Amino acid sequence: MRRYIERGLVHLLLLAGASLFLLPLIWMLSTALKPIEQTMSIPPTWIPYQYFVTRGGESVPVRLGESIDVPSCVVRRKDTGARLLVPRSALSNGALRQSTPQGVETLVPIEVLKDIAASPDTVWVRVMPENLPSSEWDVAEVGNIVRRVAPRWENFGRAIAAMKYFPAYLMNTLLLCVLTVVGAVFSSALAAYGFSRINWPGRNKVFILALATMMIPFPVLMVPMYCLFRWLGWIGTLRPLWVGSFFAGAFNVFLLRQFFMTLPKDLSEAARIDGCGEFRIFWQITLPLCRPALMVVGLFQFMFTWNDFLGPLIYLTDQKDFTLALGLQFFQSQHGGTEWHYLMAAGLLVALPIIVLFFFTQRSFVEGISMTGVKG
Amino acid sequence: MTRIERRNLFLGLAFISPWIVGLLVFTLYPVGASLFFSFCDYDVLQKPVWVGALNYRDMFTDEVFWKSLYNTLYFAAFALPLGLVASILTAVLLNRAVAGRSVLRTIYFLPSLVPVVAGAVLWWWILNGRFGLLNHALRIVGIDGPQWLADENWTKPSLVLMSLWGIGNSVVIYLAALQDVPRSLYESADIDGASAWTKLRHITLPLISPVIYFNLIMGIIGSLQVFAQPYVMLGGGGPNRSALFYAVYLFQNAFQYRQMGYACAMAWILFLIILFLTWLATHTSRKHIYYAGQ
Repeated sequence: MRRYIERGLVHLLLLAGASLFLLPLIWMLSTALKPIEQTMSIPPTWIPYQYFVTRGGESVPVRLGESIDVPSCVVRRKDTGARLLVPRSALSNGALRQSTPQGVETLVPIEVLKDIAASPDTVWVRVMPENLPSSEWDVAEVGNIVRRVAPRWENFGRAIAAMKYFPAYLMNTLLLCVLTVVGAVFSSALAAYGFSRINWPGRNKVFILALATMMIPFPVLMVPMYCLFRWLGWIGTLRPLWVGSFFAGAFNVFLLRQFFMTLPKDLSEAARIDGCGEFRIFWQITLPLCRPALMVVGLFQFMFTWNDFLGPLIYLTDQKDFTLALGLQFFQSQHGGTEWHYLMAAGLLVALPIIVLFFFTQRSFVEGISMTGVKG
Repeated sequence: MTRIERRNLFLGLAFISPWIVGLLVFTLYPVGASLFFSFCDYDVLQKPVWVGALNYRDMFTDEVFWKSLYNTLYFAAFALPLGLVASILTAVLLNRAVAGRSVLRTIYFLPSLVPVVAGAVLWWWILNGRFGLLNHALRIVGIDGPQWLADENWTKPSLVLMSLWGIGNSVVIYLAALQDVPRSLYESADIDGASAWTKLRHITLPLISPVIYFNLIMGIIGSLQVFAQPYVMLGGGGPNRSALFYAVYLFQNAFQYRQMGYACAMAWILFLIILFLTWLATHTSRKHIYYAGQ
């Protein structure tokens, strides 16, 4: 009995925690699918909705304006042509009584378009048809208005349009991802092979040096690297962001070496006896056996490049060269603070590919992360 | 040296040659250059001018420097222990739950997949004083939430809170470590009638202590260099520079004020702080770490 209570409690705690972790993401999606006015309601709306009015047998999406609770008229001013909503008491003989700020009363000639008999039973509401200029508002009976769930998927397209260079950001990011993944996997596999499958004097001492370089914080390297790339004339190009990956980062080498060490020695010995060259052993025997580990390195590198913010911020100068991460931050600094729905849609677009990638490669991911921690 | 040894040395060096080039060009040269620049007045456009320890002396009297250091240490002092406890606790609970473990693990892990900038933008919205999710939630329990990112007392707690959302990575690491703990130990503890707390204290924690230590060191290194979140959410440092973090101030010095020498000096001080804290963590935890097979 106690066991069951305990187990129930554990599940309850975990579920509560899990909903706390999930809620921000649901909120993000919910915001991304709302029209702007629903992002700013108290209490919040979770499910985006839309009001519709049936007109001529057709359902027209509308926004609600103020409700009309006194007998009123929709009128058109004959002089300016503007549509007005006025209480019936303000009309006399086809004219609208208006008083100027000085208190002088004037009569404005008008044409009555619609007479609204508001009563306790039928309340009218001013409605704004979507996608029409706001001067085209109309009125509708409350009974004729329906509210339906209506996620605005078009927000994603609008966010892309508002970001201006989104396709360029995406292409730059993908290009960098491909280059850095190829560079990191290839170069760190070579180096890891040299650190594990060939026995040369001083190997372990050099490897400890490689591990030690991981301690150096990026800010220490940041300024001289900037100067180096500036001297090469590479500032404002993508080159500083991928060239480095072809020179075996210590972390990736470390990961792969761990894996290479587990392969049996006889494997390469047999090939060597057959007169196989070392590079062929590496390329044709070792690498195919290491696919899972190479996958982990490739995935981590992809994630790193996709997420990197400081690098692009330092090296890129032209908006057309930005990556998604930098482009999103740029968008936030330009449009943030009001257009929450577009900002969240843009954020989701940047996050979604990584999340999708994760679901397809979950096993490598989890194995890789466990590998970094447990065998570290 | 025999012929085979010489051949192996040559081959080994050939295979690690990409790493050697990388070490020289992207590590050793920058380390040397940055140490040199830290003793110079340097704005990139003109040649560096040797000024001795001036940059380091300036740091002592630069109030903004001290503030950024304080902010960063404050953040680390809360985010690290809270994150450590929360992730170990979650992993221990997950390790006990049988039903839906992999689904729950995925949910806890999901936030750490969200790219940093996207996460920062999301939390910028969640922490909005009027329409943010957090204050909506507080309103339900009758609390009038603060203006998180606009109130200098709340900017750092905001960032700590946000960092807790990203513990999924360490949860996965701890979970993997927990699965390596032999079942038999718990079974014999059960026979002795040990309580859940005793088992946690005397079996689980000692056995995963190397992983805790590893995460702690990575946490120290990472949290002292936090950059993207405060930069995206609070730009120049937020109200009264209450969230001006060390790495952000360093970046500003290097690329906005063009004081590259000062920025390098700051980077070296950061390096020393990290080394000191790592040494401290290693020194104080040495007795408590249990390595199997030793």
